Amino acid sequence: MAQTVGFFTDTTLCIGCKACEVACKEWNQLPNNPLEFRDSYDNTGQLDHANWRHVRFVESAATNPDKPIAWSMMSDVCKHCANASCLEVCPTDAIIRTEFDTVYIQQDVCNGCRDCISACPYGVIGFNSTSGTAQKCTFCYDRLQNNLKPACATACPTQSIKFGPLDELRQTAATRLATLQAQGVSQARIYGDKEYGGLHAFFLITEKPEAYALPSTQSAVLPSRNNLPGYVTATITAVLAGLAGLIAFRRRGESSSPSPAAGTGGSSPSPLVGEGRGGGS
Amino acid sequence: MGGLKLPNEHFVVPPHWEWYILGYFFFAGISGGSYVLGSMLRLWGDARDAAASRIAFLISFPTLLICPILLTLDLGQPLRFWHFLINDSSGGLAFKPWSPMSLGAWALLLFGIFSFVMFLSALSEGGIVHRRALATAASFVAGVVGGIFMVIGALFGLFIAAYTGVLLAVSNQPVWSDTWALGGLFLASALSGSAACVLLATRTRRDAIATDRKLIEADRYFILLELALIVLFLATLGGVLSKVLTGGWIILWVIVLAGTLIPLALHWRATRMRATVTAVGTAAADISLLAPVLVLLGVLALRAVVIFSAQA
Repeated sequence: MAQTVGFFTDTTLCIGCKACEVACKEWNQLPNNPLEFRDSYDNTGQLDHANWRHVRFVESAATNPDKPIAWSMMSDVCKHCANASCLEVCPTDAIIRTEFDTVYIQQDVCNGCRDCISACPYGVIGFNSTSGTAQKCTFCYDRLQNNLKPACATACPTQSIKFGPLDELRQTAATRLATLQAQGVSQARIYGDKEYGGLHAFFLITEKPEAYALPSTQSAVLPSRNNLPGYVTATITAVLAGLAGLIAFRRRGESSSPSPAAGTGGSSPSPLVGEGRGGGS
Repeated sequence: MGGLKLPNEHFVVPPHWEWYILGYFFFAGISGGSYVLGSMLRLWGDARDAAASRIAFLISFPTLLICPILLTLDLGQPLRFWHFLINDSSGGLAFKPWSPMSLGAWALLLFGIFSFVMFLSALSEGGIVHRRALATAASFVAGVVGGIFMVIGALFGLFIAAYTGVLLAVSNQPVWSDTWALGGLFLASALSGSAACVLLATRTRRDAIATDRKLIEADRYFILLELALIVLFLATLGGVLSKVLTGGWIILWVIVLAGTLIPLALHWRATRMRATVTAVGTAAADISLLAPVLVLLGVLALRAVVIFSAQA
């Protein structure tokens, strides 16, 4: 197996230039976004089938009265979770883990059921109505196979997006975190070292995870958590319904043998199971 | 307390499961539920219930046939529907027991076999069609092995009626994934809807009306079960409760309540009236059309409010 790779995105270095978005679209030949005015410098909106990188502009109130708005920028991407919700639910095995330990949707296998979309807690996957399939960041799988860096990491001018072997990136992140905290940025933290078994695209952030549309560590749970309670509730309901049926349908001391007068007020009795009326005999 | 629970905060986008899926959930529930009712009537009923049991099986298979059509139409790549069963990469089976959608695809296929055989048997027993193959199916079902076959089919029927709720829960979608009650809720509602379907169908059959009293009693229990599970469903939603109880969804909830409470009252009235009548067949003839129709509308509205409100 090839080496496990990852992205480490340091949001403190992101300047919101969107070079990553452009490089991603160009390399992967993703369609342009429709022209749309949004109340923000963020004119991409969200990750979806046509946007595999999305630079978030997280606005918050600043303490400086001359600059009332503070921005935190983050280049968001598929997290390529070690325990991926999308991969877990995919019924067709279209979503696979590659030799680089990344999560990849095989476009020729996906049948467009969209179960993965309802499972991804990061809202990464989008449905392409033209291809009829679910799409998301491929981690530039074709580039990796040719020993090239992903397009976004190659284009990033500030090295906010770092690409490399996952273990090395985790060390780099720990060093960077220590440096920032030594400089007084006490709110800095790493997101993605614990969530979903460790994200292969992880982040250094300075706000709460929710501000970047990242679920908290407590909320980072897999869809399969509801399998057991869901089926148990259904089983209990089935047992109760069975009892209800037993009470309602039980033979109330009546003869089960066919009787022309049985309860039909003289009307013709029903043809019975195995009785043979019209049974082809 | 469910009401104090903080929901998991996810940033999921909706999968846009809409009308086809609503139709699929409805017909899957009716198909699975009807089969289960038919089986219960055969197992625990008396000879006079045979006609209603046959009707239940006659409902189950045609409604099941609609399901794969709706499921396939909902796919982005309908011609790849078989990828649910066969792994296109390895050529092996695509079977993931922890994925309800995968389990459901297989269950739908296997349940189809049981439902089809019981359908053939019902056609033969009812004298609707005279063919040797049908007679063979009928004689097979009448035996001990056939009985076991029917019970196994009923387990699949229960699964088909319930798993759609579990499928929604096994996600990270707000509302769906915040509750564990959906599987049970959809099952109870499916059984109630199936009883309503059989009741509607028996109105046209003199040989089946003897079972109406029993079906009404069963439906009463199913509705009570459904109401209890609706309460559980809402109680487990915690912080996202407002998502299903706002705006236009209230109208759907009114239909759900009308589809449970009014039939419950009508069923009770019918039972009380019937208690004074000795001839069951005569009494059954006055069953209101209103109750089963309301139940079916409620079954549809319940699935609609669960499916659409979470994605709004």
